[in-house]
Amino acid sequence: MTGAEELRVLTRKLLDEHPPAGTDRTDFLRARFDAGLAWVHYPVGLGGLDAPRALQSVVDAELAAAGAPDNDPRRIGIGLGMAAPTVLAHGSDEVKRRFLRPLWVGEEVWCQLFSEPGAGSDLAALATRAVRDDAGDWIVDGQKVWTSSAHVARWAILIARTDPDAPKHRGITYFVCDMTDPGVEVRPLRQITGEAEFNEVFLTGVRIPDAHRLGEVGDGWRVAQTTLMNERVSIGGARVPREGGMIGKAATTWRERPELRTHDLHRRLLDLWVDAEVARLSGERLRQQLVAGRPGPEGSAMKLAFARLNQAISGLEVELLGDEGLLYGEWEMRRPELVDFTGRDAGYRYLRSKGNSIEGGTSEVLLNIVAERVLGLPPEPRNDKDVAWKDLAR
Amino acid sequence: MKQPTEPTEPTDPADPTEQPLDLLHSETEEDLRAAVRALLADRAGHQAVLGRIETGDPYLPGLWKSLAADMGAAGLLVPEKLGGQGASHREAAVVLEELGRAVTPLPYLTSAVVATETLLALAEGSQETGSQETRSQKAEDREAASQEVAGLLADLASGRTVAVLAVPLSTAPGAEFPPTVPGVPASDSVPGVADAVAADLFLVPRADGLYAVPAAAATVVPQSPLDLTRPLATVTTGAGSGTRLAGPGASRAAVRRGLLAGAGLLASEQLGLAEWCLEETVRYTRERHQFNRPVGSFQALKHRMAQLWLDLVGARAAARAAADALATGRGDAPLLVAVAQAYCSRTAVRAAEECVQLHGGIGMTWEHPAHLALKRAKSDQIALGSAGRHQDAIAALVGLEPPR
Ligand SMILES: Cc1cc2nc3c(=O)[nH]c(=O)nc-3n(C[C@H](O)[C@H](O)[C@H](O)COP(=O)(O)OP(=O)(O)OC[C@H]3O[C@@H](n4cnc5c(N)ncnc54)[C@H](O)[C@@H]3O)c2cc1C
Repeated sequence: MTGAEELRVLTRKLLDEHPPAGTDRTDFLRARFDAGLAWVHYPVGLGGLDAPRALQSVVDAELAAAGAPDNDPRRIGIGLGMAAPTVLAHGSDEVKRRFLRPLWVGEEVWCQLFSEPGAGSDLAALATRAVRDDAGDWIVDGQKVWTSSAHVARWAILIARTDPDAPKHRGITYFVCDMTDPGVEVRPLRQITGEAEFNEVFLTGVRIPDAHRLGEVGDGWRVAQTTLMNERVSIGGARVPREGGMIGKAATTWRERPELRTHDLHRRLLDLWVDAEVARLSGERLRQQLVAGRPGPEGSAMKLAFARLNQAISGLEVELLGDEGLLYGEWEMRRPELVDFTGRDAGYRYLRSKGNSIEGGTSEVLLNIVAERVLGLPPEPRNDKDVAWKDLAR
Repeated sequence: MKQPTEPTEPTDPADPTEQPLDLLHSETEEDLRAAVRALLADRAGHQAVLGRIETGDPYLPGLWKSLAADMGAAGLLVPEKLGGQGASHREAAVVLEELGRAVTPLPYLTSAVVATETLLALAEGSQETGSQETRSQKAEDREAASQEVAGLLADLASGRTVAVLAVPLSTAPGAEFPPTVPGVPASDSVPGVADAVAADLFLVPRADGLYAVPAAAATVVPQSPLDLTRPLATVTTGAGSGTRLAGPGASRAAVRRGLLAGAGLLASEQLGLAEWCLEETVRYTRERHQFNRPVGSFQALKHRMAQLWLDLVGARAAARAAADALATGRGDAPLLVAVAQAYCSRTAVRAAEECVQLHGGIGMTWEHPAHLALKRAKSDQIALGSAGRHQDAIAALVGLEPPR
């Protein structure tokens, strides 16, 4: 086990050997990975030192103070938040060594090929097929949808059906898909904000070597649980100061524009200010529980609260702006590299936040999860558990 | 402990100089919780409470002595050198979580928190000899008053004496001094005084300072309260009766601090109450069958209970933040108290209302304890400042001014 003092020493050594001022950004990040200071709780050789997760903050603080470059987590969110923990938990040694370093450094962006036109909330109903050929490779055919960042991604986590005769949860396998394969076609899917942050992805005869399978054949649903759990915790789990999130934008407008104030808006703004502060404190408490080694089920709570607050606050902000709220920045179709929840103007925030209660599991589905797994209420009656996938009505 | 008592300047909403809050319960606190819960389960179950609430004397015999004196809970806020346990608001908050869960009739919030914190503020003030007014008093007067305060604190901390601040239960921390009651001339009768019937002593705010008046020298006329587990009464003390503990300036600051601690820790009572409501509702709806299914398997109900759980996650963080901020005397304690009150008041009421509704007909019966929780939650919503008053305080503290 590596302690805080030891980590401080290692961090200073890294800074001595690669002074941020004179080092190329990517070189610095690679050196940091190789020193085990990328994510200290990962294994030695894979960017970590098997240290307690909580000690990451020690390293981050030292590096921030020295002005070291950061691996922009906004750009590589899916890789960091979802692909990495899944690769770590279910990949072979070779797969881990191949993928984790460029993922963390940000040289390779990842996307998530899960949702399909016919399978969103009911993800296990997916129809994309993977069939093994004589050489032992997998040939994939199907269509994915709402795929964020597919247009900039080098790799994808992918789930596909490998056994249509098994009940739907048992016939799925999990792969790492090469987005440069000639069978992968990415088409922009314009969204509510006017831009195209997500895409449709068509998979036609895509060849995936068996070495790029994560977990056993037919065990993909279980592997996907690792991804989904991490996804929910990573959305809405960021540490923010008081007024750090969307409420800060609304509060600033309120302070700077007294002519816009009404009594009705004042009441509603204060209601939301209280809710935002309480959500911030809940997030802080959740992190303290994690550090203390007592993780709670509150992760899904954060994602739900984050979605509700973003929508309510940005909605109020548009209303507060009155005549200006009637206008919208620009509708020009762009294909942004970053997923941006809080950027641009109030109208954009209002529209983009509508996705917060859909992406990464809808709020309704998360409430089901809280009710069943946290509160222990009885599950929904279901009629698809023991029926072969191919016999289900679609 | 240092606490700004008159919030005048808006605080910087994101002051980075603050110590990080500790939002978890420590092991010692969990041990305290277990002990209090065991005591209440043994001696103050809902049926026992229901059996007494209509007698006008809802306090269960001997329970105050067991909790306040034998377990030392009355002295948690009081330093050891003044005869207390030298613990903090964090531990007192845990006691209140449990009292809220069980909706226990006990003068804990009123005596061990509000009155005790008020006296503590006076005790600390007289040691510092800071204020103008203290300096202008004669030295021996000051000495006598500070001995009086120290003596009272020791009595309160030991649980021998129950003291109650003679203000209406609805009084918010920012209220004027002495708090005026519409239609009632100052320093005459004060209606709505919680736990007055249990008090041995009243702390009476008057225009010229705070007085200690023995209950024997006061007239206490019980009122009929919405929440039968926290009795209310009109308290009349003769003008000028009792001992003056401090002048108006120090008294104003002390009363404000007493009420601030009360409001902050009331959030923990509301949290405990809401937790019980949700747990009981989940337990019941899992067992109750209609339409050949447990009613708890209907998604409409599952989502309502899951939503309540989410609100409780927030309430737990907010109540802990207030307790920790009071314990460490952080500069933003008044803000965190107001946030906790604004949030936990509505969460507790919603939890209790959902509890009654999801229990169906049985939730409307006198025999079922759901109404105890509902009445306590609704009355807690008004106690120590309504959510709206706390929001006004927040607006002033963080500079979100209302329209002109
Ligand atoms: C901005 C954005 C980015 C996305 N990025 C990605 C990505 O990168 N990769 C990827 O794989 N996917 C992505 N998605 C897809 C996302 O995960 C799905 O949209 C989501 O899981 C919901 O599925 P659906 O759209 O099919 O809705 P449906 O499942 O059709 O749901 C329709 C409605 O029914 C409700 N509903 C469904 N089932 C239940 C139930 N059991 N109980 C109660 N209500 C229910 C839903 O809550 C919703 O309100 C993204 C979506 C958005 C909006």
